[in-house]
Amino acid sequence: MRSVAPIVIVVAVLAAVPLVVQSNVTLNFLGVALMIALAGQGWNILGGYGGQYSFGHAAFFGTGAYVTAILQMRYGVNAWPAFALGILGGALVGAVVGALSFRSGLRGSYFALVTLAFAEVLRIVASVAPITGAGVGTLVKLDLRVAALQFESRAIFYWVILALVAVALVVTHLIERSRFGAWLVAVRENEDAAMALGVNATAVKLAAMVISAAITAAAGCFYTQYFLFVDSGIAYGTWMSIEALLVPIIGGVGTLFGPLLGALVVRVLGEAALLVTGGAPGLDLVVFGCVLVLVIGFSPRGLMGGAADIVTWLRKRGARRPAGEAGHG
Amino acid sequence: MLSPIILTTAVLNGLLTGAVYALVALGLTLIYGVLHIINFAHGALLTAAMFAAYFAFKTLGLDPYVAAFLLAPVFFVFGYALQRFVIGPNSHGDDRNMLLVTLGLAVVIENALLFTFSADTRTIDVPYAFQTIDLGFTFLAVPRLVGFVAVFVVALALWLIMSLTDIGRAIRAVAKEKLGAELAGIDVAHVYAVTFGLGTACVAIAACLLIPSYYVNPTAGNAFVLVAFTIVVLGGMGSVPGALIGGLVIGVVESLSGLFLGESLGQIGIFLIFIAALLVKPRGLFGARA
Repeated sequence: MRSVAPIVIVVAVLAAVPLVVQSNVTLNFLGVALMIALAGQGWNILGGYGGQYSFGHAAFFGTGAYVTAILQMRYGVNAWPAFALGILGGALVGAVVGALSFRSGLRGSYFALVTLAFAEVLRIVASVAPITGAGVGTLVKLDLRVAALQFESRAIFYWVILALVAVALVVTHLIERSRFGAWLVAVRENEDAAMALGVNATAVKLAAMVISAAITAAAGCFYTQYFLFVDSGIAYGTWMSIEALLVPIIGGVGTLFGPLLGALVVRVLGEAALLVTGGAPGLDLVVFGCVLVLVIGFSPRGLMGGAADIVTWLRKRGARRPAGEAGHG
Repeated sequence: MLSPIILTTAVLNGLLTGAVYALVALGLTLIYGVLHIINFAHGALLTAAMFAAYFAFKTLGLDPYVAAFLLAPVFFVFGYALQRFVIGPNSHGDDRNMLLVTLGLAVVIENALLFTFSADTRTIDVPYAFQTIDLGFTFLAVPRLVGFVAVFVVALALWLIMSLTDIGRAIRAVAKEKLGAELAGIDVAHVYAVTFGLGTACVAIAACLLIPSYYVNPTAGNAFVLVAFTIVVLGGMGSVPGALIGGLVIGVVESLSGLFLGESLGQIGIFLIFIAALLVKPRGLFGARA
């Protein structure tokens, strides 16, 4: 029980925010930040723990978003099962992309390229296929009822996305402590050595990809319910692929809270950049790009890694323990 | 059925477009062959060079073909500095970090252009933009023909640099055996930066060849870079002849699939080849080492 205490505390603190803050602007801001965090949590399972850097997680986000919207609008499916099927759809795309690329033995740059290409193919198909509404996109009808998974209050939406983030945190935590998690990290550190020790690297990476895709797809499903509109640029555009990898890397790649911390930091920075320039387009992304390069340059393990280093250093100084005894916890 | 004349025209136009693709891919494959990273900032650098060529024409009145002689060295220095002072030091020699740093650079360059020049699409008017050569059965656009010839000149120049000069020999040594080259006294950081500079110079020349018949906006380069990735994978990462032939093949494929499937789906043909090539033959048709 003690091991989940940090998750309970963080989620409880975030859950209390709407009780204190009533401003819709702030809740909207935090809700979107949590959505990005969720997409990043998905990326982190595969990229952070498994070391497979995907540049195309928009493929999963977009599939979740489109499946949720299309099932409701074209097939009259209720929003709740549509949401669940959206997650399933994303996982399925993950399974296909993963099976194809891991079986061919694609690693590193090649894997990044093939994921990028899959996302681009889906984007082009979605921008011309009639079922997605082609270039016009798909609108979801406004229907503010719990049964339609739409809420008038931003606070309830905020709690919904927070609940999804909490589930993803627990899933990540369970993976961290499981045998599967150990295999995944072994594959990241040295794939050949892991295979020599009997780890089925292809199967492990594939499983990680499916879980990763499902979590990122959930962020897409939430996007549709929250904004009630999706088109090919939103769903499969490179922006989501970049955000999904940006937040875990800035927060701390391969750490439990990295994506959440990264999403909050990135959003605040972006907002600050927009305030300073009075909303000029592009400047927030210039700031993101610079932060990305600087974080990689100065703290390759992100903010969480940087914080851990500082704590270790302080402990060493305070206790005057011999070097090497203080671990990273 | 389509007449042979329409088909031949499509193939010829595909070859002309493919040559410029090949030039963009040449820069990419050169960087990959030596640094072993995929430069995700390649498209953004192409866009930046297109803006440079645009303003060279608008403010200095320089013809793009003349501007190429100015922009190539300028972008060589720019690329050299990027690798030496930004990409190299920030990635600590780790491949995954290098990928991310180039991705970060792409985001910065693209959005800095968006911020400075807004999302407007711009074109320039040169007198020869619409000139054509009559082949009897079809017409070929002059700017694209010039581009075709120029690409082979650049490729030849690159080949001469690589095989005859000291720096070319050093580049080949580092590409083959980095540690050995270092032990023999070659400054690897310098060689990396020179290679990155050469790749960036290729992009600058490609931009000058494109601008008379193409448009520029802050995302214009992206259309080419995914195509260039495809060519590089198809031709074999790090292989210069592979990039040239791959470029021509992809140009023809795009032109033909545009003819049969329609303009918007023409690109799908490229991506499907790309995915198929990655999955089936990731080392490329010319078997350069992956």
